[in-house]
Amino acid sequence: MATGDLALGHEQSNSAVVDAQQRVVNDFSIQVATVNGSGSQSANSVLLKSIFNMGVPVSGKNLFPSNIAGLPTWFTIRASKDGYVARRKKIDILVAMNAETAREDILGLHAGSVAIYDESLNLSQYRQDVVCYPVPFDKITAAVCPEARLRKLVKNMVYVGVVAHLLQIEMSSVEAALAKQFAKKQKALDLNFGAVRAGADYAAEHLSKQDPFLIERMNATAGKIIIDGNSAAGLGAVFAGVTVVAWYPITPSTSLVEATIEYLKKFRVTEEGKATFAVVQAEDELAAIGMVLGAGWAGARSMTATSGPGISLMAEFSGLGYFAEIPGVIFDVQRTGPSTGMPTRTSQADLLSTAFLSHGDTKHVILLPGSVKECFELGYAAFDLAERLQTPVFVLSDLDLGMNNWMSDPFTYPEKPLDRGKVLTAEDLNRLGGFARYADVDGDGIGYRTLPGTDHPKAAYFTRGSGHNSKAAYTEKPEDYLEIMDRLVRKFDTARTLVPAPVVTGSGKASVGVIAYGSSDFAVLEALDELRKQHAVEVDYMRVRAYPFTQSVHEFVASHERIYVVEQDRDAQLASLLKLDLAADQAVKLHSILHFNGLPIDAESILNELVVKEGL
Amino acid sequence: MATATATPTGTPGPKVNRIGLPVLEYRGGKTTLCAGCGHNAISERIIDALFEMGVQPERVMKLSGIGCSSKSPAYFLSRAHSFNSVHGRMPSVATGAVLANHTMMALGVSGDGDTASIGMGQFVHMMRRNLPMIYIIEDNGVYGLTKGQFSATADIGSKLKTGVINDLPAIDTCAMAIQLGATFVGRSFSGDKKQLLAMLKAAIAHKGTVMLDVISPCVTFNDHEGSTKSYKFMQEHDEPINELGFVPSFEEIDIEYDAGTTTDVTMHDGSHLRLRKLREDYDPTNKVASVHTLMEAHENGEVLTGLFYVEPQKPSFTDLLHLVDQPLGTQPESVTKPSAAVLQKVMAGLQ
Repeated sequence: MATGDLALGHEQSNSAVVDAQQRVVNDFSIQVATVNGSGSQSANSVLLKSIFNMGVPVSGKNLFPSNIAGLPTWFTIRASKDGYVARRKKIDILVAMNAETAREDILGLHAGSVAIYDESLNLSQYRQDVVCYPVPFDKITAAVCPEARLRKLVKNMVYVGVVAHLLQIEMSSVEAALAKQFAKKQKALDLNFGAVRAGADYAAEHLSKQDPFLIERMNATAGKIIIDGNSAAGLGAVFAGVTVVAWYPITPSTSLVEATIEYLKKFRVTEEGKATFAVVQAEDELAAIGMVLGAGWAGARSMTATSGPGISLMAEFSGLGYFAEIPGVIFDVQRTGPSTGMPTRTSQADLLSTAFLSHGDTKHVILLPGSVKECFELGYAAFDLAERLQTPVFVLSDLDLGMNNWMSDPFTYPEKPLDRGKVLTAEDLNRLGGFARYADVDGDGIGYRTLPGTDHPKAAYFTRGSGHNSKAAYTEKPEDYLEIMDRLVRKFDTARTLVPAPVVTGSGKASVGVIAYGSSDFAVLEALDELRKQHAVEVDYMRVRAYPFTQSVHEFVASHERIYVVEQDRDAQLASLLKLDLAADQAVKLHSILHFNGLPIDAESILNELVVKEGL
Repeated sequence: MATATATPTGTPGPKVNRIGLPVLEYRGGKTTLCAGCGHNAISERIIDALFEMGVQPERVMKLSGIGCSSKSPAYFLSRAHSFNSVHGRMPSVATGAVLANHTMMALGVSGDGDTASIGMGQFVHMMRRNLPMIYIIEDNGVYGLTKGQFSATADIGSKLKTGVINDLPAIDTCAMAIQLGATFVGRSFSGDKKQLLAMLKAAIAHKGTVMLDVISPCVTFNDHEGSTKSYKFMQEHDEPINELGFVPSFEEIDIEYDAGTTTDVTMHDGSHLRLRKLREDYDPTNKVASVHTLMEAHENGEVLTGLFYVEPQKPSFTDLLHLVDQPLGTQPESVTKPSAAVLQKVMAGLQ
């Protein structure tokens, strides 16, 4: 991708000297350009947590290649006193550690920004309007790291020290972050902290501060946690009592299952060393979802996680799950498509295909978490909904939410008991004398099921993806088929009342509304703040959290003149899905703001489009 | 549980098995397959085996894919839950179901199209895992429901009704299953009642993957001259490699047997499988030799039947997962949902 979209085009000017008196405190972004596989991940994480430890709201985004070692990677850290955590287009401080991209990286900076780089790169030749801090990284590293093979890794900590000194991040904050990173590894901690100090010492002795950027202690991160969305979702599944996990590794969903496995091993092994869960790395995604449905049918709380091509492969079984009415939870951490697409870039382009995944008249319940906290909460809720509704439930997050670290309030323990849905026991069957698996006894479209192994001669029923009547017997009769298909629509309407309601901000009195979902939330909120500040325009905002849409979505559209649907895909998938639900005179109110270049959506882009479209 | 058919005392009722059930309780719906279809005979043998072994019907899960064969679970054991899934993907559904409830017996029925073509990916991995279940291929060499195309188990040179000659070699599902890790592998013929019944009864006693390839002629599309899966061809070419005798754990065992002519295998549940050698020096516990024999038979144009390989003690997939004794599917919330204190600890670690 080069850095094309990561920074504004540069303006050449001769004003090399930046006014250091014009202080920019706790509101800027840092970009570290490295090579993947060089071990920069832990250095970037330490830098991010050092700022967090200073009490300053911070977010980090890893823009990495689909590769193991040797290709360019960028890590951006945004410090924001106002708590904005969306990607910021503008880069203020560049740490150029990758010789191959260094020229392009510095050319992409705006005037007045900062570049820290290895002195051999001589980057000052390209820009006179950027504050340049050349550092002899190899020399500093060699002095503190006698072991040559470790130098490549340790070198990264030297830039942490340089940046910490220049931004005036307290060394105790860095040390605390390091201690956490290298918990129980004293030797590694000593070595890395030595490198940080060497970097800071060098900066203190040889670099004179010429830029305005500073971190000053705040108290805005006390009690907050830092976690990625995939770990949060895995944690949600574990607290929901997941018992069977079947998966096939695929970026960016892999870390969701790996986190789940870690938590399961910690919290779900009995004193005798027996597991209260089963994890299977399946042969492919077809098998993974097959196992999920087999397990769900037999009573387990089962899940899989996938991305990109994986969700396409799950199409056939998803239709079976819908029609045979079997619970299961499918996490789809969206990445760009079509096809293989850009596996390490984010997207929201699976929404439409997931809503109707499989042939025939199939439609699915989808949950749309918009933060790491919601990855936990909806990751948990998905299991209750799947068993209550007896259907596969999809949780759609994305790479940005799933793989990046986010600051969050701690998660709240779900006190409510698990909802295992309508399951008949042998005692129930004694009382009832039998049951019809697909009959709508309660009028909510949801039948009663039994689990294999239920000790009653009338417990069994025949599950099939072929045409069946209310008693689960094979049928090709039109009236039997219609009865089942109509009931499934009633069940979907029941789902509408059970899924999480949208989150609405604004007075409700504005003439313009915005609808978005998922990780777009952060950028939308920031854009609407800017709209208010810069243009004194108030806009109402509804973040939808599930499909099928609740009644309140209709009301929101009806009560506004124009609606901008913000989403991270090319084909206006959320808007299309909304239009399917809306009356024709309401559907015409919808206009799209689309972002789909693979990078997380940013506030500036949304703001610019809103300003143009509203003629402000 | 409420037993369905308690025989009133004094009146002679139908013959019941060791758990007091008549054979009727093992039956299923009326078959919709063609009259004379080999699959119906296999269903009958499954009923006999479950009845004779005294398996509680509710303790069985029936699983299948798509095709004529996969319809057959509707024709036996109505008192057991059944899952007719999607084409070629029964192994994954079975895997999930077994993980959710490993205390039950899983019985899968597939076909040669369902297994050896569309389902090959899942088939090989199930064999490799040694998932505890019985996997039966009702093998007729053709796709029946789509009217008679060759399947991947059709022998090279065999002829369709339309005159089309198969010019590709057959996949030997037994040789594959042995090589991949299945622990009870045999081939039988739907027309050989005695052999098939003994094999099924021993299969019920086995813990691990049982893979049975049962040649089951398709009377409509593959029972003609030139077919190698016809009744006539099988009657002429069936070469049993051993004769199976099975003594279940609940029956008295006759200790006497001739070790020179018979191999005695103690099964996991304590029952005994007695294999009388019909081919000199065939050792059904030797993996390499059994695959070698199967490959050699192909070269010679023979159709070997019998129990090819058995390894009763190898840990099954559920053993390797160290599961708790109670089924995962019915674990109480007190076991599966960690406490508020646990979440608090996790949160503290993320601060």
